[in-house]
Formats: sequence, structure tokens, C-alpha cells
Amino acid sequence: MIFNIRINGAVHSVDTEEDTPLLWVLRDILGMTGTKFGCGMAMCGACTVQADGSPIRSCVLAIKDVGNAEITTIEGIGASELGKKVQQAWLALDVPQCGYCQGGQILAATALLANSPAPTDADIDAAMAGNICRCGTYTRIRAAIKQVSASLKS
Amino acid sequence: MPEQSSDFDVCHAVISRRSFLIVSGTVGGGLLLTASFPIVGKSAAGADAAEHQLTLYTRVAASGAVTILAPNPEVGQGAKTSLPMVFAEEFGVVWKDVVIEMADYLGGKMGSQVSGGSMSTPTSWMPLRKAGAAARQMMINAAAVSWKVPAAECSAADGMVTHAASNRTLKYGELAAKAAMLPVPDPNTVTLKDESRFSIIGTSIIDPDKARIVTGAQQFGIDVKVPGMKYAVFQKGPVFDAQVGRANVEDLKSMPGVSHVLILQGAPRVLEAPPDKPGVGIDDGLRGGVAIVADTWWRAQRARKRLEVEWTETPHSQDSTAGFDAQADALFAEEPTGKVRIDGDADEALKRAAKVIRARYAYPFISHSPMEPQNCIASYVDGKVELWAPTQNPGSGRNGIAKALGLPVENITIHMIRCGGGFGRRLAVDYMIEAAVISREIGAPVKVLWTREDDLQHDFYRPAGYHNLAAGLDASGKLTAWHDHFVGFARNENFARSAVPGAEVFPAGFVPNYSLKTSQIKFNMPIGPLRAPGDNAHAYVLQSFIDECAEAAGQDPIDFQIQLLRHPLPGEGTGKGGGAYGPGFMPERMIVVLERVRHMSGWASRGSLPPRTGMGVACYWSHMGYAAQVHQVRVENDGSVIPQKIWIATDVGKHIINPTNAEHQIQGALIDGLSAALWQEITLNKGRVVQNNFNDYRLLRNVNIPSIEQAFVKSEHAPTGLGEPAYPSVAPALCNAIFAACGRRVRKLPVHATNLKT
Repeated sequence: MIFNIRINGAVHSVDTEEDTPLLWVLRDILGMTGTKFGCGMAMCGACTVQADGSPIRSCVLAIKDVGNAEITTIEGIGASELGKKVQQAWLALDVPQCGYCQGGQILAATALLANSPAPTDADIDAAMAGNICRCGTYTRIRAAIKQVSASLKS
Repeated sequence: MPEQSSDFDVCHAVISRRSFLIVSGTVGGGLLLTASFPIVGKSAAGADAAEHQLTLYTRVAASGAVTILAPNPEVGQGAKTSLPMVFAEEFGVVWKDVVIEMADYLGGKMGSQVSGGSMSTPTSWMPLRKAGAAARQMMINAAAVSWKVPAAECSAADGMVTHAASNRTLKYGELAAKAAMLPVPDPNTVTLKDESRFSIIGTSIIDPDKARIVTGAQQFGIDVKVPGMKYAVFQKGPVFDAQVGRANVEDLKSMPGVSHVLILQGAPRVLEAPPDKPGVGIDDGLRGGVAIVADTWWRAQRARKRLEVEWTETPHSQDSTAGFDAQADALFAEEPTGKVRIDGDADEALKRAAKVIRARYAYPFISHSPMEPQNCIASYVDGKVELWAPTQNPGSGRNGIAKALGLPVENITIHMIRCGGGFGRRLAVDYMIEAAVISREIGAPVKVLWTREDDLQHDFYRPAGYHNLAAGLDASGKLTAWHDHFVGFARNENFARSAVPGAEVFPAGFVPNYSLKTSQIKFNMPIGPLRAPGDNAHAYVLQSFIDECAEAAGQDPIDFQIQLLRHPLPGEGTGKGGGAYGPGFMPERMIVVLERVRHMSGWASRGSLPPRTGMGVACYWSHMGYAAQVHQVRVENDGSVIPQKIWIATDVGKHIINPTNAEHQIQGALIDGLSAALWQEITLNKGRVVQNNFNDYRLLRNVNIPSIEQAFVKSEHAPTGLGEPAYPSVAPALCNAIFAACGRRVRKLPVHATNLKT
């Protein structure tokens, strides 16, 4: 079947089975490999993208259910001012170790800050709970979110 | 296509077993420096015990840009940055002029190129410094010749040689062509930089890959795509050594996108641990199974859901964790069958002791579970194989593929791609062999990608183990006897790699009557090194039981441990047990980190903590690093454990090469250790791994992370690695804190909340 989906501001036409998860459409059909495969069952958050600004797990979202949602991936998040700031904070604080989960972390963090520019620790815990970092960079992830938050106030 | 380093025309000079430098000019007036040094000793991961050369390739362009080929794979530990930093420091360049390129595997010419065992730093530190210093001397010599002045009157820094007397300078880029024509200095006699003047070592340098990571542009192994590539899933037998009896191959061939369905006969011990060297190497190879190949990975995986396989029975098809536990109980009732170390007479001393403490401890098999599931791309063409692999151990990959496919090693090319975590998992090369075999069978390049379930159920696990301990105290509370009956897992009469505590493991050497004896449970699970192999399990038992002894003696656990450390047996505690890369255990260094963490944590005032909140301490020497940590936890009434704070002091020598990476490695090891201690176990039922995914094999998340305060103690010793040293003491510090909080000992991992309920 042919699906037209909106990714990072452009429409892409994809011919695949309707149960194909968005993750594999992005990675193997469209060649956008910044979104990562970690668990395949929405447990780890490595595949996090945004759908109309909300973080979702692309490994369990079938392409038939994407509809007209505007999908934003790690390749496109820097187009927004906030997304750019989050990426810059991630780099300035040297957040990644291996880096594999960090695209998903950045998308979850950007969605949090868009809705809640001054998140509390509890807000951060709740918003980031779906994203595992196996290397254990959580302390810096929290610090980077707070750094962006502080820059939004000034 | 991935990054290539083909513009390095790697020198093919005959390599002798000694140090040498080779320089040659490059197109455009640059210089290519090849510096080679012998490294004697056992390689990390036990891949092979042999003499290695560490060769460093560096290019200085006429523009002044310095390109350094990073030898060791990057798994997130920072070796890609830290090793070039050491060279650049001595060479005397400005870091912004440095470009790092990841090397391909160079078949031993560049050392073993293994990232494992915290060995990248200690094996490379002095060779890289000498190479850098020799390169700096070459630049000075070239300038001196140009100016017709004595080289001794010239100095070099910031990518430039200066003749102060005449106020002249020349940049390295301007000197490169001339330097390439001059005699090469002996790297063993060049003058090393005064360490107090280091300007790159000790500064935080962010790996340039990170800028690509935050935009999604960085390529990991899983992201590589080569022309004509197909995608494969590989269903392996649920029991190690099982083969495919029957499979519905024909049913799957009509599924969308599927091009091949192949039954592969397993050869799971292509690289077998030598029977005469217990504990060395990894049983590694190709497991039996069914490969499904399609035009996208999802289509291959979609077809797999219809796969039905009957597997052959093996002698271990009925193994279970409950059965192992029962065997351990039975073995504890019998005489041990082996011994590791006997000092004095522990049995007699226990009879004479004023107080005897007894406890049994157990810990489970655990999995590495790096975030990036195992994957590899292979392209087999006419007897040659090219691989793009996220690996910690390319040399073993090449050997394994050569043996599995019956090819000469020189026909195998390996590109090392950044890994989404390693933790020791990617020291095994099974996934690389899979990709090579499938590519040969289908006659096309293929990307093999595992699911999370594949990854969790087909790992090379940290071995489980059981300890039956008894300790004796004299009337003054001094530890006079220690007996440990260890029950561990073995195949072919040999214990699994890193299963058995070594003869030098503290408190051995510090207790006059000491006995470590062993018994074996026969098993057949794949075993491999996991962060701080051996230590990651033994520290939990030994440091928890020492805490029990301190309690029984009525002493502060830190005081008790320091008293032990201060009184080694004659001939012990002086660096004994060292290897080619550094001295063995030095108790005075451990005492320093213990005192430091006592001070940092406010240990003395722990009595004023709220109810069901407590502090525990542990320390451990691992991979030449000294770590001591204090944990503060709260144990809720329902038995759940809330880690609140960790203080850790670490001594890995006199330099922290890249502080941002160093902090990462400490924090990462602490969180890794907490996940394992609190939640992780791999269990077997009917020979099959029970756990599936992150729902039943859990990792800590943001909400679970305690605050962490860390300090490095800089002792006068050469720097050593940091991937492992902080990990082993996590579990015992946590469990000792749990005891302080609620009065219950955790004698079996992972922590079970039901045992801690009020």
C-alpha cells in the first residue's frame, strides 16, 4: 500500500505493508537512521520521535496509524529554536557516552520543554521515564534540560 | 558508506619486535609518521597472549593539520579521543588542529586493537608519549637544520618550533616535508615533556562524534548501508548447541520481500577456549538456526513471526536455575573438589575463634544488553569478506570468520564502526560470523540485525556463583580465619571464564588462616567478560561478608577494613599480583580512597539519618584502579530500595587524561552496577533463557538515579583505565547500606523487596 506521511516538514510517499512500524519506514525505506532500534516494544525509547509535538515510540506505531501527523525526528528537531537549544546543551555538557539512545532522549526532552519551560525534577522524571540510557548519562541529561530551561527564562 | 581511512597509505614495512619510527613524505608536502612499539603481555579479553606491536599512524599536513588514526574501537568509553590526546600532548600541537580518524583493523600491526578490560590506557600511555615526543624532536631537528642552529637551542609548542635567541618560528606544517627527509630519533631516548606542563592531558575534550550524535548524523554499526545490501534475521536455537531439526522453510519464502530462508548448521565453538587453559577465551562461533533474508529488515522479521522450528535435544535441554540452586546446596554439604589458596589452617582457627560468622551468598547470571542490539554487515565476494562491524574485538572477529569460512585471515577486512555500548558483549564475535556466513550463502551483502530478545537470550553471560563462607574473630575482634567454599559453573572440568575468585583477591594475603576451595556445577551456557569480569561478582560477596565481620566485631566497617589492609601477611600487600601493565594490589592506595570517601560522605554522622535510611561502604581493586564508595539508601516498608546518594573516591593514577570521559565512566559504572544489583538476573528453564526484553530485564531510568559525588585521588602512579574499577564495589556498598537501613542482609542478588518488608 502507498502511504503519504509528513516527516520534518516534507511529505514522503512510501509503499509498504500497512503494519510496518514507522521506525522501519524511517530507517530502511527513507534512510533516516538517526532514529534507533532498541527493544521493539516501546520499553526503551531509543526510537522516540515526535508526532505533532508529542513524544511517541516509532517502533510500535504502524504506518497506517500515522495519518496526517507531523512527524519530527532527530534529523529535523534542530529546525526549531528550542530543538536547536536542546542539541547545543547536549553537546556543551557532553551528555552522550555511546550516544545510541540520545536522539530519543533529545526528542523527549524537547517535547517536555515545549510544554513546560521550567520543569521540576518530578516533571523531568515523568517525561523522561520512557527513555533508557544503558551507559547511565542520566545526571547530565537532567543537567542539560535544566540548562535549556534556564536559558528560556533569560 | 561509512568513514574510510584509505587516504592513509599504511606503511607495509617489515615489523620487527622492537621500537621504531618510520617517516615518509606525503603528496602536498606533508609527513606521515609511523611509530611502533612492542607491548609485551596478555591482551585484554584474553584474546591471545602474545607480544603485540602498538603502531600509531599520524599525518602532518602542510596546512598544519595533524591527523591521528585512533587505534581502538569506540564503544562510548572515549578511547577514540583519549589515546590521540596523549600523543598530541607530547607532540606539542594545539588540539583544534587535530583530526581523529577511526582506524580499520590492521591485523596486529596496530596492536590488538581491543577495547576491553580498561586496558586501552595502561597499554598505550607510555608508547604514545614516546611516539609524540619523538615526533616533536623531528620537528625541532628540521627547524634547526633550516636555521643552521643547534637543535638544543630550539623548543616546540602549539604546533610551532621556536628559536628564542633569534626570535624565529616555523610551524609544523612548514617543517613536515623537511622532517620527512631527516634521520629518525630513537623513541626510547627522546625527552618526554615535563608532566607539570601538560596542556591537553587533564582537559575535557569532547569527542567530535558527539556533534553528529546530537543531530542524528553519527553512524553506528546498525546504520551502515552498502550497495545491494539485503537484511537478515537469524533465529538461533533456544538452547546453546541445539540444531535445527525441522523448520517450515517453504512457508516463509512466499512472504513479502523474503528472498532466502536458510537453515544453518551451528558450529558454536569455532573459537574454543583451550581446554588446557581454564578460564581463558570465549567459546565463540556460529549457533545453529534459521536465517530469513528480505529486502527490508522489517519484512524479514515479519516473516519470522510465522517461523516454526523443531530443535534437537541436547544434554542441557533440561537445565534450570532451580536445578542449579539445588546442586549448589548439595555441593555445599560435600567436600570441595578443588582449591585455589590455602594459608595456615582455617578449619582449626575457626574452632579456636572467639566468634564465628557464617553466611551463604549467591549471585545470578547477567546479560550485557547494550542499547544497540548485535548487528553486522558482511559482503562476501570470491573468497574475500568485507565487514562493517560494531565490535570491541576485531582481531577475534577476523580469526573466527577465517576459521568458520575456511579462509586465510588476509582475505578478511574489518571496518570498525562506533558501537552503541559494549560492556564486554562485543568482545565476542558470533554476530560477525553470522553475517559472513549468510552473505556467502546468499551471494550478496547482508545486514544481520538481532532483536532485543535475540540479544538477551543469546548473550555471553556473566557467570553466576555460590559462596559458603565462614570467618573467625579473636577476642579483640581481629579476623583470624576465613573459609570460602565456592561453587561455580564449569564445562569440561574447567570453570567458566572469570568464575573463580583468584588467589590474590583481598582478603587473601591479609588473613593468617585462609582457605578458598571449590566445587563445580556442569553447565553449557555461553560465558563472556562483562564489565570488570570476575570482580563484578566476587566484590559483592567478599565486601558484604567483610561488613558482616565488622558488625560481629562491633567495629566501624571502614575502621575494620583499614585495620585489615594495614596488616598484610609477610610478603603480601606490596604490589604482588601485578602484570605487564602495572603493579598488583597496593593496600595503602585503598586506605587513601577509603579515608577520602569517609570524609566526603559524612560517614561519622550517619547515626543521625532518618529511620529505615542507612549508609554502607565497600571498596575494591579492579583493573589496576582503586575505588571506595559509600551508598545511602532508604528501604520502604514494602521492601523497595531507594538509592539516595553515592559518594565515590577513585585512584587510577596521577593523570585523568580526559576528565569529562572519566566522570562519565565513573557515573556509568555506578548506574550499571545499581541496575544489576537491584534488578537483573538471567534465569534458565528447560535450558532456555526466561527473560525476554526490558520489561523483565530492567535497567535504571532517570527517576531511579541517586545523586553522585565523586573524587579522583591522584597518586604517583602511571594512569590506568576507568571502564571497570568503579563497578565491583557498587553492589556490596548498596547491600551494606540496605543492612544499615533495615537490619536485613542481602545474601542473594538481585535484591528482592519481599525479603526487606517490615
